[in-house]
Amino acid sequence: MTLIYPVESNAAHAPRLSPGYKSTIKRAPQKQRILMPHTLSETTGPVYGHETVRPGDHDLTTMHAGEPLGERIIVHGTVMDEDGRGVPNTLVELWQANACGRYVHVWDQHPAPLDPNFTGAGRTVTDAAGNYKFVTIKPGAYPWGNHHNAWRPAHIHFSVFGHSFVSRLVTQMYFPNDPLFPFDPIFNSVTDEKARLRMVSDFDLDVTEPGWALAYRFNIVLRGRNATPTENH
Amino acid sequence: MPGITPSQTVGPFYAYGLTPNGEYAWNDAFTNNLLTPDVTGDKIRIEGVIYDGDGKVVPDAVLEIWQADAQGRFADPQDTRGLPNSSFRGFGRSGTTDAGEYSFDTVKPGAVPGHDGKPQAPHIVMAVFGRGMTMQSMTRIYFEDEAANASDAVMNLVPADRRATIIAKKTAPGVYRFDIHLQGDNETVFFDV
Ligand SMILES: [Fe+3]
Repeated sequence: MTLIYPVESNAAHAPRLSPGYKSTIKRAPQKQRILMPHTLSETTGPVYGHETVRPGDHDLTTMHAGEPLGERIIVHGTVMDEDGRGVPNTLVELWQANACGRYVHVWDQHPAPLDPNFTGAGRTVTDAAGNYKFVTIKPGAYPWGNHHNAWRPAHIHFSVFGHSFVSRLVTQMYFPNDPLFPFDPIFNSVTDEKARLRMVSDFDLDVTEPGWALAYRFNIVLRGRNATPTENH
Repeated sequence: MPGITPSQTVGPFYAYGLTPNGEYAWNDAFTNNLLTPDVTGDKIRIEGVIYDGDGKVVPDAVLEIWQADAQGRFADPQDTRGLPNSSFRGFGRSGTTDAGEYSFDTVKPGAVPGHDGKPQAPHIVMAVFGRGMTMQSMTRIYFEDEAANASDAVMNLVPADRRATIIAKKTAPGVYRFDIHLQGDNETVFFDV
């Protein structure tokens, strides 16, 4: 079956059942997925422009009375499709822990302080070339209950829409050279090394603002209509 | 060509970013209410519970739906048949409660053409995200009171004994029930899209 968005692109994703990440064991669907032709229901998707985003929603350091604690950073990049074209005017949402590795979520019981000046959520829309930019705080690593001495590498959760409902992507951005990489079953659930490393941002000296904030570049690649399988599929 | 960015789980702590719902210092970009003041068509509620492989409810899933309006048109310029005649956007997002429940208030979608040009039975596309899910799983919500289900091309790709898992049951006027089973004998049909 030839699909409008080649289904082979999905080979980059982690298997749904990734037993090292224990929660997948009872939550990964197990029966055969049904391959189906793409129809208008799959090739269209929600179109959200600037009306969803208020001025300042991209700057997580200016949302409260004071400045949050931690290392101020710029996170920017290009949302593009597999064909290398920028994806313009698409919504990018993010959420993350604070500098201490604590989320404001009511279920997060990590004994690290909350920061009254940091919620940790933001959103923006890409420009005409697919570029986006956030200002935030570098999140801390945090412990979790998957196994003994389990820690998540510092990461920022990203949610991106793209051209269609089948290009919808939720992922996590990591920071270069994190010593926790070899030990994290969520990061390593992506078994293809090249694909896995596409989740790691690059330090970006050119965009770093002197005296103010380090910058990281994180490009996000979504499925494309005309993609040809690459060697790392 | 670069190859796509892999998906990662939304994790357990997505709520203040994706579905703050008045509980966090952040506004909602999307909610589970798709109705707009000028929307036309039959207003419906879809509700259900999501279960894991042990039959336990899943309190940390995120469900997103995408659908045509009552005329069968998508609020996307890629639907070149003409745009919808209302401000209906066709996209909704819901977290699940501690009891694994979700709901959406929307309109019953009209028929949309399939890959062969023939009308499909009315359906809603659903993406299921959650802690313990490395990427979204995609399903479709059909409606039990639609005779067109029998001739729907996508429905007919599904083994007959599994079709009931993607057909919402009418439980009251304007109310449909659509439970999601991630595993087990009644595992919901998920599509490779
Ligand atoms: Fe996280």
